[in-house]
Amino acid sequence: MKHMTGLLFFLALLWWVLSGYTTPLLISLGIVSVLFAAFLAYRMDVVDEESHPLHLSVKLIRYWLYLLWQIVISNIKMVKIILSPNPDIDPRIVSVQIRQSSQLGKVVLGNSVTLTPGTVTLKIEDSRIEVHALNQESAQGVEQGTFDERVPARVEDQS
Amino acid sequence: MDILQLFSAVLLGLGAVLGVVGAIGILRFPDFYTRMHAAGITDTLCTGFFIGGLMLQFGMTLATVKLLLIFMFMLFTCPTSTHALAKAARKGGLKPWSKSDTGSGAQNEGRAT
Repeated sequence: MKHMTGLLFFLALLWWVLSGYTTPLLISLGIVSVLFAAFLAYRMDVVDEESHPLHLSVKLIRYWLYLLWQIVISNIKMVKIILSPNPDIDPRIVSVQIRQSSQLGKVVLGNSVTLTPGTVTLKIEDSRIEVHALNQESAQGVEQGTFDERVPARVEDQS
Repeated sequence: MDILQLFSAVLLGLGAVLGVVGAIGILRFPDFYTRMHAAGITDTLCTGFFIGGLMLQFGMTLATVKLLLIFMFMLFTCPTSTHALAKAARKGGLKPWSKSDTGSGAQNEGRAT
């Protein structure tokens, strides 16, 4: 029920932000389409913690800010590597043990690793992540597991 | 000149520079996997600067919120497509280039994609 209310709220907000209409007719049409979309989601049985991690909202925003900062840092490193006359490229594939046990946590971690330039997630299996790293420095970043510690889904594990 | 306009111009310029740097990286790097890292710049910070600059142009309007939403969707979809590419290359048997390989060998493997 909590997730349904959240879904309806976000759909309505999204509808209004994307359209910007305020006339009664269009708003009532918007309400109808929001209800219909929510009904479809309900029928598909996808209204749950995974599609709608309400319990993580605040932590997720904090994590995003941290992630954005990491993206900026690794971007600067990448620009330096690309523009240096003798680029420090020593690609390697590393396999690292991860702490995430929930599906959501693994997806968030894998995407975060791919999103930072210099590392790309190749495979996530049970509790290991396989990463292609551009050089030793970026590989170390994954091996130290700073993302792994910060992914908020880890705290609220559900199978 | 308005200070916001100036900021916006700086952000848009930085975004453009980063786009070019990403392209140079794609040309300079030895194989498919390493090129993917270079493309990561255009996926993330380049887009971020562009959208930031455009948001300053629009000010406090609905368009700004829409731009923010676009940026969020980019952050969700870009890594997914990059991962799909990497996984497909791996499954297709493309061997990652390593430092011990000679330059020409990497070229040939890169062409195998």
